[in-house]
Amino acid sequence: MSDLLLPPEHRYAKMIEQRQNEDGSELSILNLGPTHPATHGIFQNILLMDGERIVDGEGTVGYIHRAFEKIAENRPFYQITPLTDRMNYCSSPINNMGWWMTLEKVLDIEVPKRVQYLRVIVMELARIADHIICNSVLGVDTGALTGFLYVFQYREKIYEIYEEICGARLTTNMGRIGGFERDWSPATFKKINDFLEDFPKVWQEFENLLMRNRIFMDRTIDVGPISAEKAISYGFTGPNLRAAGIDYDVRVMQPYSSYEDFEFDIPVGKSGDTYDRFCVRSAEVWESLKIIKQAMDKLPEGPFHANVPDYYLPPKEDVYNNMEALIYHFKIVMGEIPVPKTEVYHAVEGGNGELGFYLITDGSRTPFRLHFRRPCFIYYQAFNDMVRGQMLSDAIATLSSLNVIAGELDA
Amino acid sequence: MDQAIIIEKGIFIVVIFAITMLFAMYETLAERKIAAWFQDRVGPNRAGKGGILQPLADGLKLFSKEEFFPNTENRFLFIAGPAISMTTALMTSAVIPWGDKLTLFGRDVILQATDINIGMLYVFGVLSVGVYGIMIGGWASNNKFSLMGAMRASSQMISYEVAMGLAIICLVMMTGTLSLGEIAAGQHGWRWNVLYQPVGFIIFLVCSFAETNRTPFDLAECEAELIGGYHTEYSSMKMGFYLFAEYASMFISSTILAVLYFGAYNYPGMDWVESVAGANIANIIGIFVLFAKICFFIFFYMWVRWTIPRFRYDQLMKLGWKMLIPLAIANIIVTGIIILLADQNL
Repeated sequence: MSDLLLPPEHRYAKMIEQRQNEDGSELSILNLGPTHPATHGIFQNILLMDGERIVDGEGTVGYIHRAFEKIAENRPFYQITPLTDRMNYCSSPINNMGWWMTLEKVLDIEVPKRVQYLRVIVMELARIADHIICNSVLGVDTGALTGFLYVFQYREKIYEIYEEICGARLTTNMGRIGGFERDWSPATFKKINDFLEDFPKVWQEFENLLMRNRIFMDRTIDVGPISAEKAISYGFTGPNLRAAGIDYDVRVMQPYSSYEDFEFDIPVGKSGDTYDRFCVRSAEVWESLKIIKQAMDKLPEGPFHANVPDYYLPPKEDVYNNMEALIYHFKIVMGEIPVPKTEVYHAVEGGNGELGFYLITDGSRTPFRLHFRRPCFIYYQAFNDMVRGQMLSDAIATLSSLNVIAGELDA
Repeated sequence: MDQAIIIEKGIFIVVIFAITMLFAMYETLAERKIAAWFQDRVGPNRAGKGGILQPLADGLKLFSKEEFFPNTENRFLFIAGPAISMTTALMTSAVIPWGDKLTLFGRDVILQATDINIGMLYVFGVLSVGVYGIMIGGWASNNKFSLMGAMRASSQMISYEVAMGLAIICLVMMTGTLSLGEIAAGQHGWRWNVLYQPVGFIIFLVCSFAETNRTPFDLAECEAELIGGYHTEYSSMKMGFYLFAEYASMFISSTILAVLYFGAYNYPGMDWVESVAGANIANIIGIFVLFAKICFFIFFYMWVRWTIPRFRYDQLMKLGWKMLIPLAIANIIVTGIIILLADQNL
């Protein structure tokens, strides 16, 4: 049918012909995506199928390519933050905080302890939100919708916390160079405490529903496995690498934002299959909760931003009533700030893996070059390798357990 | 006299048809409400009080949708698919005993459209035809996802029908009849078949899930992988027919479960009620008891659907051929031995 559209020089055409000559079987091509319920976001897989079994696959990226890196070369720093929101939109605060930390590294700004702790709290909340989505959507893709909707309430609770902090929910654009835009309100802390109180029960219930469920285990164990060597050579990081048995975590290897102050474990899997990825993420949620609790207990008093008037926006009342403040506001937003000529790489442990910012500045108001190291882009390269020889259902489960987020695929 | 029977049966068939349709309609609402309850949501509550008019609104919406035809070679089969599904889903109700006989206007009214002596075979025959609706629809859609769904559905139905039939054989060995009316009547008192055939019941239950294409056996539609499976290309009321057929067959298979294994219209204390209030009252209560049992099984279907994930295609086949069929055969052998021993003791 639609195979007629295949150009004869395409490698699939050759494979189909070869198989036909070998044993007379007819391979077919299946377009998984770009608009398919399992390709959350937009990306395409062109699969060569032998019945239900995948013979080969070809991933396509670029369906939501928005030229972020190029746009960033024409924007002052403050205007780049909204771009970072839109990469891994399931955990935007981590992207925001990573970006601020990169800038602070460039501008050599020391951030107060309180800001560092607050950042840790919001980043761990974002990690929980990210893992909630990934694990519950794995449930949906294997056919269990209830867990997804049940735990999603708690992602809403996290979004309410973001709302208290910065006013936005999904694309947060949170924080400033050197700290936060305002101190966190008592309502924020109350919401966080409520979350810490209620969420563990719900997460436990969700784990009980799936983790030892025979059908779920059959569907995920040995599905889409990747060996540690292969994962490293592809450049895997984050939960997907840890599921393969490598205990690499940026939070521990290169601590940033005072992560060295907290006690937490790095959950590690064995086989790197879908089930291990699920378990690692699930365990990481518990570790994140532990970190948030410690940060809340140890949270020091003090200013909510570094004293850097050259880079930190003046308060709004002053901007409206005071000429100097207005000028500063304008200068900072438009990028008329002193920037040294440097080259910096800063990485944070994103929800999905090592989220890196490679920034070259030439002293002008915009970056000379900004590269985002997006973990999803790397995972997606390995996807076809991981599903070769597996069944169609396995491909779906693998894809959703890798947590490939389309916003991070293209930048 | 003949005329009276025709009128009686005619009225009865219309009533049963209406009840089946009503159940299928309100199952859609029940499913959404139950799902909402499981997922800590509210569920539909805009159409009418507590969403009571939701099924009508859904039907109206489906009617007003565009009638879409894919670029398919065979339009006739494309339309025939949902029609076959719907017809077969409604046909099974003909042999189901809805209650014991009532005495109205000095006549005995048997609450069964027809008590043919091969009722069980009839049910099986009609159920097997049901898969054609899905197969034909999936094939005629000219869509790879639909075709895959159709393939999965047909292989699943064929495999699970074997185990289902073997589970029933034990029941037939025990009761010595294929007539559903006699099987129902034979469970009077506490002689419910589930107590004598627990293994057979479990096999039959699992197979009914597979036959009605419900989670964990809903591989044929499997929205995460196959988008909508066999009904990907369907829209408007043709789509509605497929969905409706699914709910109707869920109702019917709940009924069959209740009739075959859970004592049909029999309930404990039936004799006492009969002696106190007369046979008519006892039998009318019996009808309600049967519907209560049906509602329980429908709830069970939904409970399972909103709790567990679905199988993969090869795991489904493995479960069918390597677990259920050997188990059913073992069950036949054990039942046979027990019947033999019981006969010799007598």
